[in-house]
Amino acid sequence: MISGIQYLKDSVGFLPFLILVVSGLIILLGSAETARRESGRYGSGVAIVGTLLAMFSLYFLYGLKKRALFNDMLIIDNFSLFLTATILIATLVVILISRNAIAKDGAEINEYYMLLLFSSAGMILMVQSINLIMVFLALEIFSLGIYVLVGITKQKKVSTEASLKYLLLGAFAAAFFLYGLTYIYGATGTLDLIKIAKIVSEGQVTSNTYLVLGASLVLCGIAFKIALVPFHMWTPDVYEGAPTPITAYMAVGVKAAAFAVFIRVFGHALPKFNIEWNTLLWILAVLTMTVGNICALLQDSLKRLLAYSSIAHAGYIFVAIVAGSQYGYGAILYYLLVYTFMNLGAFGVVVYVENLLGQKDNIDSFKGFGFRRPVIGLCMAVFLCSLMGLPPTGGFVAKFAVFSSAIKAGYVWLVIIGVLNSAVAAYYYLKVIVVMYTRSETAVEVISPKGSIYNGIGLIISLAGTLMLGILPHKVLEIAIKAVSL
Amino acid sequence: MIPLSYLLMLSAILFTIGVLGVLFKRNTIVIFMSIELMLNSANLSFVAFSRYLGNLNGQVYVFFVMVVAAAEVAIGLAIIVNMYKNFKSISADRANLLKW
Repeated sequence: MISGIQYLKDSVGFLPFLILVVSGLIILLGSAETARRESGRYGSGVAIVGTLLAMFSLYFLYGLKKRALFNDMLIIDNFSLFLTATILIATLVVILISRNAIAKDGAEINEYYMLLLFSSAGMILMVQSINLIMVFLALEIFSLGIYVLVGITKQKKVSTEASLKYLLLGAFAAAFFLYGLTYIYGATGTLDLIKIAKIVSEGQVTSNTYLVLGASLVLCGIAFKIALVPFHMWTPDVYEGAPTPITAYMAVGVKAAAFAVFIRVFGHALPKFNIEWNTLLWILAVLTMTVGNICALLQDSLKRLLAYSSIAHAGYIFVAIVAGSQYGYGAILYYLLVYTFMNLGAFGVVVYVENLLGQKDNIDSFKGFGFRRPVIGLCMAVFLCSLMGLPPTGGFVAKFAVFSSAIKAGYVWLVIIGVLNSAVAAYYYLKVIVVMYTRSETAVEVISPKGSIYNGIGLIISLAGTLMLGILPHKVLEIAIKAVSL
Repeated sequence: MIPLSYLLMLSAILFTIGVLGVLFKRNTIVIFMSIELMLNSANLSFVAFSRYLGNLNGQVYVFFVMVVAAAEVAIGLAIIVNMYKNFKSISADRANLLKW
């Protein structure tokens, strides 16, 4: 049994989650008053304050000793804190770039920010979970929020279609995940990851068949959320149909949370299998990188291009999962942080252009953009260089760390394929930069000439993060690698 | 006592029916019902394992799953209603605007 005092004590380790949920509730209650419904100012204000407070609370949690909370349901350790920070940064930037974009589409704006906060809370719960049933609950908490967020522009057909597709396929994948849990439970008698690790390493599993079956089903469920090939079919459609800030949020936040679970489950709880588990992961990594990059080559829509590029990036991150060392997992954390900054930055520019020109995200609408808006154009060039993996940006350091972890573990061929893929990827990122700096003769019709200050702040945060993690990587990389000793 | 394998077999059959329903049905509400069937088959195998292992945790997990399934239905039906408003149909075939 857990006493009241213990409960309160445990709640401290759980503070970022609580702050986000309470801010979400405040938005929900406050927006009942009709005067506040009109613009999203109230909702976004509370959301920004809540996210900043949650970040501030991390500062106190960072010193705390690693310990399990709520009868071994959750854990507070540096690993979860690092990812919580990543998720909170993503949330903050998404709120900032949403300000103007969402109001225009006639969405229920205050609720939009509430759902965003609840989804982030779910992701934070997911990175803190050390019990698989909590992982399932957290997965559903953030997924349910995102299903609605994808379709929040109710009058738009594409948005509705995207949310329907995401809902049906997401629930389908969650069912596989859950069915996998039952077999892991059958094999070990518990869903507590620490106990599972002990039982598996001592060889007290009741049936190895159940364990392998369960692990494979769980792999399917998580791979769906990360969008690994062949579980990626939904990604481009949903990313294209969703409001652009939400696309950015899904690409970054969901990936961070799902990779955290992947490391906890397959890196620590179930490390050894008799079957050729690593070969399977190897194949997944190669497929994901290659299919993502090749499909991205063929896209005209920038949003769809970035969707396929996010699949390719999941593949790069997965290379370090195959390596499976502490350095590799540290590299994943670093990659996720860098990816948050650079990807949100790139999507931030897309949002800016959409505000400027209406709903156009064709690559051609970027023609001459680098001359008409030199500062924003330069930002976009930096983000794309980072996504490509060029120094001195964060993307280079992250990719280098991921690939070198794989070299150290002896997967030379995997790294060769990865580097070849990066070369392919350079083509489509450079294509966008070239289009941006091509002079266009035709005058472009501008809807609203002024950019929003919030969008600007979001871009500045992303730019600062991308460059800082590229120029001074040592400190953060060290923290990331240390954080992984679970 | 009924052997564990019978119960697991039943749950696997239910799960497969659910998967087939999702793959082959065109009506989104029927697809949704099939997903519920998959979740319930997982519940059944949780309870079966719980009984077999003599460990009550599995039966508690079932309640978590039921709550999640109920929440998912609420969201899912709302999205399907919205689909009906936009497309005047709830057939999954109509959701074909986004391709490649």
